Amino acid sequence: MQNVNEVKRFAVEIRKETIKCIGKLGVGHIGGALSIVDLLAVLYSGEMNIDPADPKKDDRDMLVVSKGHSGPAVYATLALKGYFPIEMLETLNQPHTNLPSHCDMNRTPGIDMTTGSLGQGSSSAMGIACANRLKGYDNYTYLILGDGEIEEGQVWEAAIFANAKKLTKVIAFVDYNKCQIDDYVQDLCALGDIAKKFESFGWYAQNVEDGNDVEQIAAAIANAKAQNERPSVIVLNTVKGKGYSKIEGTLGSHNMPVDSSMVEEALAELDKQAQEIGE
Amino acid sequence: MNVKVAKEHPMGKKELRKEFCETLISMAEQDNRVVVLDADLMNAAGTKPFRAAFPERTFDCGVQEANMVGVAAGLSSRGFIPFTHTFGPFAARRACDQIFMSCAYAKQNVKVVGSDPGITAALNGGTHMPFEDMGIMSTIPEMTVVEPCDAVSVREVTKLAKETYGTWYIRLHRKEAPVIYEDGTEFEVGKAHLLREGKDVTIIAIGYLVAEALKAAEELEKEGISARVLDMWCLKPLDEEAVLAAASETGAIVTAENHNIRNGLGSAVASVLALHQPVPVEMVGVQDEFGEVGKVPYLAERFKLTAEEIVNKSRKVLARK
Repeated sequence: MQNVNEVKRFAVEIRKETIKCIGKLGVGHIGGALSIVDLLAVLYSGEMNIDPADPKKDDRDMLVVSKGHSGPAVYATLALKGYFPIEMLETLNQPHTNLPSHCDMNRTPGIDMTTGSLGQGSSSAMGIACANRLKGYDNYTYLILGDGEIEEGQVWEAAIFANAKKLTKVIAFVDYNKCQIDDYVQDLCALGDIAKKFESFGWYAQNVEDGNDVEQIAAAIANAKAQNERPSVIVLNTVKGKGYSKIEGTLGSHNMPVDSSMVEEALAELDKQAQEIGE
Repeated sequence: MNVKVAKEHPMGKKELRKEFCETLISMAEQDNRVVVLDADLMNAAGTKPFRAAFPERTFDCGVQEANMVGVAAGLSSRGFIPFTHTFGPFAARRACDQIFMSCAYAKQNVKVVGSDPGITAALNGGTHMPFEDMGIMSTIPEMTVVEPCDAVSVREVTKLAKETYGTWYIRLHRKEAPVIYEDGTEFEVGKAHLLREGKDVTIIAIGYLVAEALKAAEELEKEGISARVLDMWCLKPLDEEAVLAAASETGAIVTAENHNIRNGLGSAVASVLALHQPVPVEMVGVQDEFGEVGKVPYLAERFKLTAEEIVNKSRKVLARK
């Protein structure tokens, strides 16, 4: 990973662009987008072997954002990395856009898999890992799952499969922000000990206490890479809506109206956060 | 397009799954992008020889139809050409959303093979008897939906699927079937095959009912009725030109399928005719019922999927001309 403060600043920039593009439209999946921003900042700050100038490089590391509704945060990250012009973010969900709510590999440079129907990215990520092994590559396949998403049975089919086929180059993340659409995860469909569940499926599992801390995230990824026996999962304890205090941890932030005054308020708060990051 | 129809139609000596597996192996020998996935039914599919030949390119996923299709999508996204297999109901029903989103919507190149079409599920009974699979698959945009009927068509359609980019649903009868085609017959996406010329009525058949349609045409000939027979092996995209030519040249149509007439061949043909050239149509097929357990001859009688029924419906449609 690059300099920690650089990564933190990158995360702030991603948040700002995410909020701006959702605000431009006036509504969007802001909460679950903001909760994974720190992970995206780490992955795109040297953790992933990628080249924005050559987004289809065959032996690149790949990312499947199975919680496809976090698209806006991913698009902001990709734009800031130079995959496409930053102005394109303003087209989010507008007619003929290449930036739809849910990730689409055929529309957006840098998106490796089409997702949206929850659970499905878990299997396609395993297929990508199988393919890369057949090609003789030792690249990584990263997978981002939502916490509500892992209520889907397909996730656990994929978890069994990954272990059975020894897909050791898979690193999955669970964005455990504790909120799903209708209620808090704990009250609607409690998940128990997520890491232990994966562990019992044969995965190398880690909990990250603060899943919005880039250093903790990077350390867990380093641990995951230090072993080559099992697929890895990293449970990130995150905050939904992280970075914009007004909506942090709220159920309503899943998909909400975001008007220009909220955008201004959020940007001011994020600028302040940026100033507090050291050199 | 070269179509060589066999002079006679005895039961073939080779199981269709054997032809299927040999075709997969031969394709895989020439093209290292071909991979095979199954959901604990390789024995049924007869694909274990493929696994023996290409262990690294075989992914038996266990009883995980949804995951299997998703894994296939991932493999496709990296340039492989996956053939997935499970029984038809578990492909079209259980993995429908995965076929829709991860495969078709994502513009992948996955070939979904669903075996034991309709009454050929036989002793597995109603739970395993898909009369709806082609209907479900046909409703997904850009999908190609096919049902070969004999060894030659299984081989050629499988090869065509491999050569044609896109997500396909291939309905596969696993056991022996009557010989319809001779070697050298060519298959082209969206092109029906004229098996027998006729001027009074056209029988448009698919899959298991193709052989019955030819038998029915023989019977009708004895009554002085000249029946054209088309094998509409490619349900989608449908050969509208052949349907409309049949309508204008014979003026009456009977469809015949081992599938629910709703959202199957009957519905597809009727839609084309209603829009462009209405002529009387009768439909041989399952009349919106669930399947049930039994051997194939019993089930064929039970659901009226027989040459006799095609003859009856032909007489009926002629009376409506």
